[in-house]
Amino acid sequence: MRIVPASTIKEAVAGLFIDAVCSLPKDVLNAIEKAKKEETGAALMALEQILENSRLANVSRRPCCQDTGLAIVFIDLGEQVHIDGSLTKAVDEGAAFAYERAYLRKSALSPLTRENTLTNTPAILHLRLVEGDKINISVMPKGFGSENMSALKMLKPSDGVEGVLGFIVETVKANAANACPPVIIGVGIGGTMEAAALLAKRQLLRETGKKSASALLSELEEEALKRVNSLGIGPMGYGGKTTALACHIAELPTHIAGLPVALNMQCHCSRHKSAEI
Amino acid sequence: MQAKEVKLPLSNKEALLLHTGEIVSLFGTAYLARDAAHKRIAECLEQKKEPPFALSDACIFYAGPCPAAPGELIGPCGPTSSSRMDKYTIPLLDCGLSAMIGKGRRSHAVVEAMRGRAVYFAVTGGAALIISKHIVEVKEVAYPELGTEAVLKIKLNGLKAVVAVDAHCNDIFSCAEVKNERNC
Repeated sequence: MRIVPASTIKEAVAGLFIDAVCSLPKDVLNAIEKAKKEETGAALMALEQILENSRLANVSRRPCCQDTGLAIVFIDLGEQVHIDGSLTKAVDEGAAFAYERAYLRKSALSPLTRENTLTNTPAILHLRLVEGDKINISVMPKGFGSENMSALKMLKPSDGVEGVLGFIVETVKANAANACPPVIIGVGIGGTMEAAALLAKRQLLRETGKKSASALLSELEEEALKRVNSLGIGPMGYGGKTTALACHIAELPTHIAGLPVALNMQCHCSRHKSAEI
Repeated sequence: MQAKEVKLPLSNKEALLLHTGEIVSLFGTAYLARDAAHKRIAECLEQKKEPPFALSDACIFYAGPCPAAPGELIGPCGPTSSSRMDKYTIPLLDCGLSAMIGKGRRSHAVVEAMRGRAVYFAVTGGAALIISKHIVEVKEVAYPELGTEAVLKIKLNGLKAVVAVDAHCNDIFSCAEVKNERNC
């Protein structure tokens, strides 16, 4: 049994959030650079500003986007690890520390009274027990311009692959212009309602444009991306060829009666950072 | 790309001179207000009370910045999705609001209500740090208890924007769709 103090988790979470909000992953920047060659006019101006903004954020260690999101934390905890202290508390304290220390926007509030929690916590924690003695932590400060544009549908088995593609294209068509395109599309197929949604969100952690290992899903990703990029929505919705930078799809076994599909929309400001302890 | 200089506040007549798709540089006064502030302003108008700032010829920028770090006038301050303000916008247009800054689509009702009197500028979402560098004055106006959603009066110094919906009801977001359907 490996013993890890809760304070180590707290420090890691805090550091990851501060790093994540101030820099876009290299794969996202590369995808935007590539998209720039396809665009003109206002759409091109938007992509150039996004890249310049990212450079500025890196240098000044300030957030790329004012929406520093809800604090989402994914932890894969090795079964051979014992946390000395409270894991949940450590995650919340780490997130709260980051948002306070780095002058990030605290957007978390009570949904109906709209009273701000003033700490940007509780974090949304997705915890999995895995084999081994390591802890993998990924943080995702998730803005709500894109989160609001996500959708879930319980399709029928008879809807099949075309039904899934149709759902993806319709959701992007209706919503992407408001989600700070070019977007990254995370799709979870199968499982149950909540499992599909979480699977979709996990796809946003994938390296941008990295294909699924499954031939069927990889083909589906390519087809979905082709169809959404022919919608013409373009960067910031100004019209253009790049509505999405990538579509990442994963699946889970589901019930004989069902075909759940969830789409989690991510803006171009796709911030996430991981570490292993 | 040559950007046309636009001075705020903008009169309804001046709004008519702008056209969808034009890239502009915004100078002058705007007010930051987003969801919670709009709800309160709408309540003011319903109750025939004075809104926290004069709406005639005003420009509202839909944004809620990060807190200012030491040495900053204002924290990163990019646009939020304008469509959430659609529900509150028409009464504000009726009070003379002539310009809005945000990102994303507007409802058909808002686009129609802008006819002959108002313009909607889109700025790049997720480019909050660049945008904050074009804010050269900040003054608190109302609702400080709303934190990031408080109303602030700001002065812009050359903020790049795109005319997304003009006062003739041309909408860049539906143009993009139509253009695509025509395959041209």
